[in-house]
Amino acid sequence: MDISKSHYKKMVEKASPNSRLGANCAKAFVVGGLICAFGQVLNSLYMFWGANADQAGTYVAMSLIFLAVLLTGLGKYDDLATFAGAGSGVPITGFANAMAAPAIEFKKEGYIFGVGAKMFIIAGPVIVYGTLASMVVGVFYFFFGG
Amino acid sequence: MTKRLGKQTVLFSRPVGILATSSVVGPKEGEGPLGSKFDVVLDDPMAGADSWEKAESALVKQSVQLCASKAGMETANFDYLIAGDLLNQSTGSIFGVRDTNVPYLGIFGACSAMGEGLSIGGMLIDGGFADNVLVSASSHFCSAEKQFRFPLEFGAQRPPTSSWTVTGAAAAALTSKVGGVSVLGCTTGKMVDMGVTDANNMGAAMAGAAADTIVAHFKDTGRSPHYYDAIITGDLGYIGSDLLLQMVDKAGYQITHNHKDCGIEIFDRDRQNTLAGGSGCACSGVTFAAHFYEEMKAGRLSKILFVPTGALMSPVSVQQGESIPGIAHAVIIENVGG
Repeated sequence: MDISKSHYKKMVEKASPNSRLGANCAKAFVVGGLICAFGQVLNSLYMFWGANADQAGTYVAMSLIFLAVLLTGLGKYDDLATFAGAGSGVPITGFANAMAAPAIEFKKEGYIFGVGAKMFIIAGPVIVYGTLASMVVGVFYFFFGG
Repeated sequence: MTKRLGKQTVLFSRPVGILATSSVVGPKEGEGPLGSKFDVVLDDPMAGADSWEKAESALVKQSVQLCASKAGMETANFDYLIAGDLLNQSTGSIFGVRDTNVPYLGIFGACSAMGEGLSIGGMLIDGGFADNVLVSASSHFCSAEKQFRFPLEFGAQRPPTSSWTVTGAAAAALTSKVGGVSVLGCTTGKMVDMGVTDANNMGAAMAGAAADTIVAHFKDTGRSPHYYDAIITGDLGYIGSDLLLQMVDKAGYQITHNHKDCGIEIFDRDRQNTLAGGSGCACSGVTFAAHFYEEMKAGRLSKILFVPTGALMSPVSVQQGESIPGIAHAVIIENVGG
């Protein structure tokens, strides 16, 4: 076509609707906040039932991961994410979903090359760069942390 | 070379009849505006299989058998079977038709498969190399998500420019017998790369190719847009269609009055949350088979230019920063009566 790529890029930008940033942020804020508030409720409950602060934190993480994986298996977590976006992606539940979803999807290719190999296709980069970032921070802390 | 017009167009020496078509779709397509027109609407997107890929092949198998029986033939009596889909190494088609025992030609033109198949099938028959050719095109939302995007249950929002892959399989039986709704020729598309790198905006990636093929068709044949009752693109969706109309207009042709897009027709975007529209090989395939072919048979449309569109990319090419070339194949379809 007799249209330059740069001109076409402008035409595409004009024709393409943008994501509703404001609404998406508000939904993410509310749902993300609710998930974290629910975690806090669990934390208080576990402490009320006799756990110390460290134990309660571990129990909360276990509970939220269990619920997220259960909802993923039931096919509900992605519906929540369609509504909440980052609100359901950023908390620990999002990480659990990112592990469980590929495990379910690639189970058809077997436990070795399917589940085992593909389970980390989404969460893998988070682990790699999370570990790398913590090492960089650790080195800084070693030299300048006092 | 007398059948060749201009650089890209071929007009057959006699009409190649479309004896029958078939469409098998998933539940979401069944809930769409064309829902009642499909031959088979499945309750279960898994189609009784144990993986999405096998489910897509099951759809292909069912639609091919159904098309043959609607044409009053045995599948094994076709001279060629031409099939295309979106999965790696065309496995959706291959495992759907491996038991047919018919000479097989696998094609890849991304979502333009139905247009490419009808073009090649028509040429085979017009060339005298075959009397009966079966053409198949398929796609499955879940197998496409798995291959091109994320695992199905992963929670991610879709951008408003993204399209929704149609779950379905379509087939068309071409014949050397003259009469009825027929393929009269085709304009084979060139790859057109407008520099789009966003795999979530397929309509934009394909619109340039669609405009290029449609304009080439008018130039090669000397026809004006008014020659056709409808000019039907495959899966440009809302954004791609908007861009197409602008580009064709700039080239000096007006198709706003008779342009339709299968990606817009197949879903109700407000009710079904399908964003930029439907896509996939099955989008143009089942919409043509269930809707436009029947409209032509009933005489409500007599001449159409059917232009399935494809985005020629893979997840690897996109990750390596390649832009997405588009392709569009125009097929001239008319009801010649008789």
